[in-house]
Parts: sequence; C-alpha cells; structure tokens
Amino acid sequence: MTAAAFLMGSAGAQTRPSPQAPAGPPLPAVPAPAPEPVQAKFTVVLDAAHGGNDPGAHLRGDVAEKDVTLGLATRLRSALRGRGIDVVTTRDADVNLAAVNRAQAANRAQAAACVVLHATATGSGVHLYTSSLSPAPMQRLLPWQTAQASYVTQSLKLEAEIDTALAHAEIPVALGRASVQPMDSLTCPTVAVEVAPLVGGHVTEGREITDASYQKSVVDAVVAALAAWHSDWKQ
Amino acid sequence: MISRAHKVLFLIMLVACVIMAAVLIRLRNRAQDRLQAEAVAAPASIANGSSNAPTQVTLYMPNDLDASLTSVTRTMALPADRNAEARVLLDNLVAAFGAAGSTHAMNVAAGVNEVYFLPVPQSSGQEAVVDLTGALAAAQPSGIEPETLTLLAMMATLHANMPAVTEVHFLVDGQPRDTLAGHADLTRTYLASEANPEPVPAPNAGQRGAAGSQ
Repeated sequence: MTAAAFLMGSAGAQTRPSPQAPAGPPLPAVPAPAPEPVQAKFTVVLDAAHGGNDPGAHLRGDVAEKDVTLGLATRLRSALRGRGIDVVTTRDADVNLAAVNRAQAANRAQAAACVVLHATATGSGVHLYTSSLSPAPMQRLLPWQTAQASYVTQSLKLEAEIDTALAHAEIPVALGRASVQPMDSLTCPTVAVEVAPLVGGHVTEGREITDASYQKSVVDAVVAALAAWHSDWKQ
Repeated sequence: MISRAHKVLFLIMLVACVIMAAVLIRLRNRAQDRLQAEAVAAPASIANGSSNAPTQVTLYMPNDLDASLTSVTRTMALPADRNAEARVLLDNLVAAFGAAGSTHAMNVAAGVNEVYFLPVPQSSGQEAVVDLTGALAAAQPSGIEPETLTLLAMMATLHANMPAVTEVHFLVDGQPRDTLAGHADLTRTYLASEANPEPVPAPNAGQRGAAGSQ
C-alpha cells in the first residue's frame, strides 16, 4: 500500500463522491495491479468472513457463521489446489481480521478471482453478491474505498460463471449487488458467496447449511466455476 | 527575548479567541434550543390531528427467497409534517415485516426513531437520514441478503412516496454504525436509485434481486 493521499474526486465512479465513500478519515490509495499479460499465476483469494470475537450470524443448531465460512474456505482451498490452482486465504484459523487487513492480503496476491464466503440462516440456496459500486475505468492508482469499481464488470462475469455452475448443481441462486466490506476495496474480480439453508420445495429437498453433502455440492460448483474462469483467463 | 509588540499582539489574539469562543457557544446553544423546540412541536402537531386525508402509499416488501422487492399499496393517513410522514411510512413497512406470512420476517415494535432531511449539494434532491432503533438492529437477521433487503426496502419505500429523496444514510440510535447486523455497510450514503424494485432477468438460473446497480 502506498502512502499516496486518497483523492475522492479521482474515483470516476460518481459525480458526487459521498454516496460511494464511507465516512471516516481518508485512506490511502492502492496501486492497480500489473496488467494481466504480466500476471504469471492464476491465483484465487478465499476470504472466510468473520472469525475470533466476531461470530457473524447465529445459524440453526448453535452454529456460528465464522465456523461455516472457515470450513467452506478449507474445503475450497483443498479442491482448488487439487486442480493446480494457487490459493491465498485471508485466515486459516479462528481469528478476527479487520476488513482493511483482509483487503490488503487479497490485493497483495494480485488474484484473478476473489471469493468472499458468508453464511446466513435466511433465504434459500446460495446468494451471490457483487459490489454495488458503479463500473469505473482502470487507473494507475485506485481509491482504497472504491477500488472494486474498476473490477465490477469482471466481477459480474465471475458471478455469472458461479451462477451457471450452481444452476447445473440444481442449487437455487439469488443474485444481487451490495455494499459489504471488504469487497469495495478489493482489486480483483470479487463475488460474495453467501450460503443459506436449502428450503424444501416441489423439486428440492430441504437441507441445513451444516449438511456435508450440501456443502460439497456448493464447493464443487464454485470450484467448477473457478476452473472455467481459469480457462477463460488463460485465453 | 520577546518584544513588547509581540506580547501585545499575542494578548489581542488571545482576547479575540476568547470572544469568538463565547460567540460560537452562544450560537450553538441558540441552535440547540431551536432544534429542541421543533422536535417538541412536531409530535404535538401530529397528536392534534394535523394529518392529511387518507392517501395511497407504496411500501416495498422484501422476499428473502428470491431477494426481490414487491410493491404493496396501502391507504393510510399521513402526518402533515414531512419528517413524521417518512417515519410513519417506515414504521408501517417495519410492521409489515412482522406480519403473519411475511416474506422477510422480523419482529420489532418500533423500527425508526426519526427521519431527517438534508439538501444534497449541487442537486435538487434531498438526503434522508434514517435513525433506526437499536431494537431493529438487534432483531435484524444477520446476513448480506437479509440486511441488504431491509435497507433497500426502506430506500425504495422512501423514494416511491417522496421522489425528492435521492440519497439515504442510516444511523442506529442516533449514532453512526459500521454495519446493520454484521454485513450491510452503514458507513456510506446510499443512492435511492440503488433500490431497483424491478427484478432483472438473470443470465442463468439465478434470480437477480432488488439490489440494483448505481
């Protein structure tokens, strides 16, 4: 991270900066990663949300969201490495990391994809969220709080890739845009994957988040999507 | 060695500082008294029945299963005071969250303390500052989807009934807060247009929810 001053007016995402930028002291800008041709490795960042004294949502069966996200990240990491894909995780243990530290770790990796893992007790299936920032052109220095704006278009493509893979696995998907930290500060195509219980219906069988086979279906679908993203990235 | 001229200059500046501080404190107290008087007068005008005739309003109800917002039309008498009108609208919306068969279940007695309006610089729009109750934040199911839907439903409802509202900022019990219940960012100001209630067809099987792009 450079010590360059954050210039809200340079965001280019908004004519008026305040709706985009959270309140608080100015944060430094983040240098944009090198263009893709220079990037040698296809790296995926997995951010297991919450941890430590931040349990996240309380899920059914007295399960904390932080444990589910860490479990999903561990499974995903193993499966991706099994396919020869480099993986960087923001946390491997039950520790609480500030959003800025998660973003720093992810941005340092200059990743081709960032997956932020969440879990919730409401809804059904998997919720895929991308940043609500407006797409902005790539710049040499990106404002820390809206760095994701330059990657929103790619994030939406990555989201479509994961959506397709989940559809093949017959898992219901809800798509949306949201403002959730640290997504807006990430300099990589980023999708938040929020896993909810599977509500039983005419064709689907109800399953809890802690159901191992359900988690495996979600993990397999995300891995398939990232493998497809890898193939596109190579071209 | 400090010269006599510097000492005199320092004393003059010190006296000026003290006078300015006194003036600022007096202005602040006057403004505080004025705001308190307005706050007391607003509920009184409602209690005295200074409300408009029953009118049709649009509430946007979230659906947790597909992340959508659905418009619901209600008829209700709204207070003449604009701040109170916004508060009544949002309180009705929050009450609908707790109704039987709600698609966004949340039981909370009072969801909004107050709604304030600020002019948006270089625009004819207004920013609504919605002061949520701590009870609402405590009752809010934690998760990106449920929290985002709560905020979007409030933004869409405000914008639909008060088109001048173009931006919305949220507080909890009068204080800034990082998130609503661990996920949705409350540090930023939202554009009312982000709450796009019309579902956009998803490229695949997924349902594009209410959180539209800016």
